[in-house]
Amino acid sequence: MAEAVHTTMEHPASAHAALQHHFENMEQQREAGTLGMWIFLVTEIMFFGGMFMAYILYRSYNADAFAAASNRLNVTMGFINTIVLICSSLTMALAVYYSQVGKRKMIVVMLILTMMLGTTFLVVKAFEYYDKYEKSEIPGRLFPSRPFNWYAEEEHGKQVTQEPARDAATERNPQAVPTGQEQKPDASFASRAEMFFFIYFAMTGIHALHMVIGIGMLIVLTIMAWRDRFSPEYHSPVELGGLYWHFVDIVWIFLFPLLYLLGAHGISGGH
Amino acid sequence: MSEHIVSKTIYFLIFGALMVLTVLTYWVALYDFGALNVVIALAVAVTKALLVVLFFMHVRYSTRLTKIVVISGFFWLALLIVLTLSDYFTRPGTSGVGGVPASRSTR
Amino acid sequence: MIDAASMGGDLPVVPPKDNYINRAYSIKSWLLTKDHKRIAILYLITITFFFFLGGAFAVMIRLELLTPASDLVQPETYNKFFTMHGVVMIFLFLIPSVPATLGNFLVPLMIGAKDLAFPKINLLSWYILVIGGIFILYAVVAGGVDTGWTFYTPYSSTYSNTYVMAAAIGVFITGFSSILTGLNFIVTIHTMRAPGMTWYRLPLFIWSHYATSLIMVLGTPVVAVTILLVGLERVFRVGIFDPAIGGDPILFQHLFWFYSHPAVYIMLLPGMGVISELITAFSRKNMFGYKFVAYASLGIAIYGFLVWGHHMFTSGQSIYGSLVFSFLTYFVAIPSAIKVFNWTATLYRGSISYDTPMLYALGFIGFFLIGGTTGLFLAAIGLDIHVHDTYFVVAHFHYIMVGGTVMAYLGGLHYWWPKLTGRMYPEGWARLSALIIFVGFNLTFFPQFVVGYMGMPRRYAAYPDDPVWQMLNVLSTAGASILGAGYLLPMVYLPWSMRYGKYAPSNPWGATGLEWQTTSPPPTENFEETPVVTWEPYEYRPREEKVVVNKILPTD
Repeated sequence: MAEAVHTTMEHPASAHAALQHHFENMEQQREAGTLGMWIFLVTEIMFFGGMFMAYILYRSYNADAFAAASNRLNVTMGFINTIVLICSSLTMALAVYYSQVGKRKMIVVMLILTMMLGTTFLVVKAFEYYDKYEKSEIPGRLFPSRPFNWYAEEEHGKQVTQEPARDAATERNPQAVPTGQEQKPDASFASRAEMFFFIYFAMTGIHALHMVIGIGMLIVLTIMAWRDRFSPEYHSPVELGGLYWHFVDIVWIFLFPLLYLLGAHGISGGH
Repeated sequence: MSEHIVSKTIYFLIFGALMVLTVLTYWVALYDFGALNVVIALAVAVTKALLVVLFFMHVRYSTRLTKIVVISGFFWLALLIVLTLSDYFTRPGTSGVGGVPASRSTR
Repeated sequence: MIDAASMGGDLPVVPPKDNYINRAYSIKSWLLTKDHKRIAILYLITITFFFFLGGAFAVMIRLELLTPASDLVQPETYNKFFTMHGVVMIFLFLIPSVPATLGNFLVPLMIGAKDLAFPKINLLSWYILVIGGIFILYAVVAGGVDTGWTFYTPYSSTYSNTYVMAAAIGVFITGFSSILTGLNFIVTIHTMRAPGMTWYRLPLFIWSHYATSLIMVLGTPVVAVTILLVGLERVFRVGIFDPAIGGDPILFQHLFWFYSHPAVYIMLLPGMGVISELITAFSRKNMFGYKFVAYASLGIAIYGFLVWGHHMFTSGQSIYGSLVFSFLTYFVAIPSAIKVFNWTATLYRGSISYDTPMLYALGFIGFFLIGGTTGLFLAAIGLDIHVHDTYFVVAHFHYIMVGGTVMAYLGGLHYWWPKLTGRMYPEGWARLSALIIFVGFNLTFFPQFVVGYMGMPRRYAAYPDDPVWQMLNVLSTAGASILGAGYLLPMVYLPWSMRYGKYAPSNPWGATGLEWQTTSPPPTENFEETPVVTWEPYEYRPREEKVVVNKILPTD
């Protein structure tokens, strides 16, 4: 027995400085970290999964209202954000690459680029949210001065870019081409659209929160990289941070078509 | 340290594919395929997610355990969705996907 | 009666000079520890506090039901009592009970590791539990919650004017404690096993904790997001479960029970792991059908995710959905039955000794049998519509939760007490309290089956003035006071033993398992040398002779 065992009190002096006391070697430490991160991401899948469940159910019940409400979102901004996030995923992947080959400066550059792209995403998101606030499209009575009002724009006499009423009517009855005159949808239409906005804010809000946490994580990683903590032997923090960042990107890859593009074929003139 | 280093070329190729697919997502949404709308949108999104998971997140080069963990995550999500919908889509007054239940009416 | 000291110096009777308890004494060394054993002790203290807090609410409930009229407290207050009883007991005691204390202490020891894979995250999970507990305590102190522990919408999201937000935030936070514990266990069991510790050499305690961790990781996030959505609904004043905007309150029940039914197995499976250890150790036999028991744990964990709809037979769920869930539910009896059969078969022709842990284990098997088979009654749609939301259900799940989990927890606590503290507990007192708990438990909950079957609904402060009903309720309350006394006894003699108990040898039970090969209490690094495992689990038979001689017999 004795020949195969190590003393557990201390690692030999040759051990890597980043090796924690309870692991036998770097390989085991890295394996544990990766597995732990993936399990954490599984919990994230289930966390977002609850909201996706609600989305699927209510969208299948309220296809018309969801399509009309989706058209109120700013597709351009959503599209730009998708591109921004994919770029940030690339820079993150490159940061991992440079940590594997051990190029300190490039790790820092890539991490900072990732952070900037992430911040861009959040800024665009903030503009979108503010726009929703201005148009009284924040569900419920979170802001008592601007309760949710589907018809707010019409009531203010502004030019409405899209006629939700017409959209809805067209959806349900494509033959009946509206002839300029207002067709009131059923009374529950506005409140069912409100459901869309609730889901929109819940999902994108929690996604944005993950982005904020991710940027915080990137700041720590950048400092660590700057202080030359990483090497080809030890770079799991960058790798694990990358996994998290890519996951947040994947969530958005699903959110973009599911939230922004539901009714796009209704407005573009395409067929 | 049996770590696989993915080359930069692959990263850029995947990035290009993701960009193309993003444009595709938007472009297909402009056309109405009826019930297929959702299927197409999800198919594109799943393809993109797969590319990210397999290459950016290195799952293609990972251990079997990691792959099982990833698959089980999506499997459990599917369990949640399918079994919940087994209730909703068999309720009286619903007509399957897209049906509006009769009882669901006014505020 | 053989005294350890009289055995000719065969066993160490003085504590090891350096162990995890006397390594450092400052409060800081406890609150900032990364040692899984110390964290387990922190958990132990925390959940004991919450156990007695939840118990205090149970006392109030039983006192109110002594008489048919709602004369002790207002019905509104009673609603708060049963809600707080449920919330505290489930989220702050039962979920962390075995895994966070015994599991935390034993998982690294049993697999021959120095610590869990993520010691800092382990400490963090305790802090998270405490923070969540503080929110729930605030809800208790500020005026209580009255939604029931299930937080059903739309009552919780719209109508209740009690401290739902504080309690919901508390539950949300404690969920992350459980997720982190599960994550830590899975990674540890996968990556940190000692050389030679193959999967089929793992103790069944480890298998059951692995299975439990799967549920914690896969289920808890769903209830977290569900509670979050309820919170958002209270903030926005509309939300996903709000019928006013086309929402469906029953969706809440789906999402809630997707976690909360498997959560029953979070509470039970670790207990089953404890029982497997106790049964083998005290009947001196290898586990009958080791692989079946191991896979039954995984089976329960995975299959447990398919049956949640049986909580919703009367909720408005479609009849087809109910049929599917009812059908699926029957099958979860199979892995559960495998366990009961195999424990019983292990006892057969075993050399059984009735030490305190074994008394708890035998009690567990009986209670679990009753609790489990009455569960099958409830899985049958027709019968469930009769007994749904009656005391029959209450009795059923208390037989599982109290008769199962708490019995296993106490049995395990006694069994590993020498390892935790380095001292033996007083066997005579411990047996007495096990007996009192057994009697008190049955007297409390068996009458509830009867009165529930007669139709007494749960969650009401009053019931019809019927002599039979009142008699059954009085029996139940009497039993509860006996049960309470049974629980208070260990609170006295266990702390007493920490100072006055006899020093425990490394392996007082002559049990197999790596945790008994290190000193009691273990050193901070767990083992002097990393152990190399060359034997199969529960090899009791070949060593039987030697081990029985060394065993300490109870002192009365």
